Amino acid sequence: MAWVNAIIQGVLIGGLYALFACGLSLLFGVMKVVNLAHGDLAVVAGYIGVGVIAISHMPVLWSIPVVVVLMAIIGYILQRSLLQAAITRGELTTLIVTFGLSIIIENGLQQFFTANSRGLGVGDSFITASFSLGSQITIAWLSLGIFVLAVVVLLGLQQYLSFSKYGRLIRAVADDREAAQLSGADYRHVFGIAAAIAFGTVAIAGICEGMVTTISPTLGTDTILLFAFCAVVIGGLGSLWGTLVGGVVLGVAQAIGAQINPSYETLAGYAVFLLVLVVRPQGLVSQGTAS
Amino acid sequence: MSNRTESGAPLLEVRDLVVYHGQLQALSGISLEVYPGEVYALIGANGAGKSTLLRTIAGLHHPSAGTISYQGKDVTGLRPEKRAAAGIVMVPEGRRLFGSLSLEENLKVGASYARQGPWDTGRVLELFPWMKERRGQKTAQMSGGEQQSVAIGRALVANPRVLLLDELSLGLAPVIVQRIYAMLPQILQSGITVLLVEQDVSQALRVATHLQCLLEGHTTLEGTPAEVTREQVEAAYFGAADGSNA
Repeated sequence: MAWVNAIIQGVLIGGLYALFACGLSLLFGVMKVVNLAHGDLAVVAGYIGVGVIAISHMPVLWSIPVVVVLMAIIGYILQRSLLQAAITRGELTTLIVTFGLSIIIENGLQQFFTANSRGLGVGDSFITASFSLGSQITIAWLSLGIFVLAVVVLLGLQQYLSFSKYGRLIRAVADDREAAQLSGADYRHVFGIAAAIAFGTVAIAGICEGMVTTISPTLGTDTILLFAFCAVVIGGLGSLWGTLVGGVVLGVAQAIGAQINPSYETLAGYAVFLLVLVVRPQGLVSQGTAS
Repeated sequence: MSNRTESGAPLLEVRDLVVYHGQLQALSGISLEVYPGEVYALIGANGAGKSTLLRTIAGLHHPSAGTISYQGKDVTGLRPEKRAAAGIVMVPEGRRLFGSLSLEENLKVGASYARQGPWDTGRVLELFPWMKERRGQKTAQMSGGEQQSVAIGRALVANPRVLLLDELSLGLAPVIVQRIYAMLPQILQSGITVLLVEQDVSQALRVATHLQCLLEGHTTLEGTPAEVTREQVEAAYFGAADGSNA
């Protein structure tokens, strides 16, 4: 039963990993930007959440939409200025610029918030509560809630990309930005919207991380970015549902590793990541018919 | 010049356009005037600069000298998406469809920033009846001729005033090319002016009301198909630089 419990916990944490990963996947899929500051942005969102709650005294859950909107605005502005300028100069430049951004954010956070870790206090009894299945399986409402939230976010994102005008333009620009221009679409604006969406999802992920554990300035590059990369690669680049599959596989691998020996938790995750790279480099959920 | 100027001001006017690709001078001072209702054909061999000229008019290349005016306004510095929204719409060389989108979605993207006008998805489906049953299909799975039709449809739903057609016949069987050019009268009837680039000279001469021949970035011949002789076109096309074709 302990193993079943481990797997269930792994699946649930996989939802959070998928939330981290989908923004990274979207930015790469649409503008071919590998955003090395992605993890740090999640941490920034967490700290914005801390700030918003401290000022307004609103419940943690209510702060999510506020932070999502703020991060989306930051995403649009950052894309239209810094990231767009980097994209114009080539793919390597975007790597260097987002790497620099990551360093600036991390050190900036340490300067203002110290290196101490913080949690987003979840006072709500519903959220700290859990329920039991049988004698050995205990599921926290918070973990289940985050998993459901992740599925809802991915579902919403997929619907948006499939059926809305801007969703269609995002896919068109990802296919051929020059042809999109010839259809009257300003691809820079479309990029901005894609970035706003990606930053919005990473904001949700950052706050969830703060609720589940704690956040600290170095968390972004130490774990979040790496886990997001693992989830994206395991699931398959550019596939939205792939990020969920990748997140869940990573989560389960870590949970099983931890069940064997607590020090194997992270190692097991990377072992599966390497295994997928060797056996199925296109990811578990590969896109399209192209091999 | 025949009676072109009687139809008023040119819809599109290019003056002394110079375009470089890096070190290479692709266009050295090209001028042209396209009047409403015309089918203006740019002909010339590979590398003559025809496509560069068309892409520059669409806004995809920046000229280092010269001006482009549209409806009397200078649009030389305007971004390509703004030109498209203003009514200068190009069907690019090689179709350039959105491969992961369905046929219908390709048309919807084309209509995203459309001007007011007679064209919409329904009318394009009338022009190409085969599209009705395959509107949900991904365009990547379609034949070259079908893709070219979708590319034309995608441009038409934007309701252009000037339609730029870049090498429609490229890579297509002659029968298919005929079929695609057979659409031209219906497009013209709806009030659209056409500026096209074509390597196939006889095809261009069949449809054009005015033509210009380019050679290595220079204009070598200009006139109506009635004015120019077969020999003149050949000389202009291949660059018989003996000056005998006055």
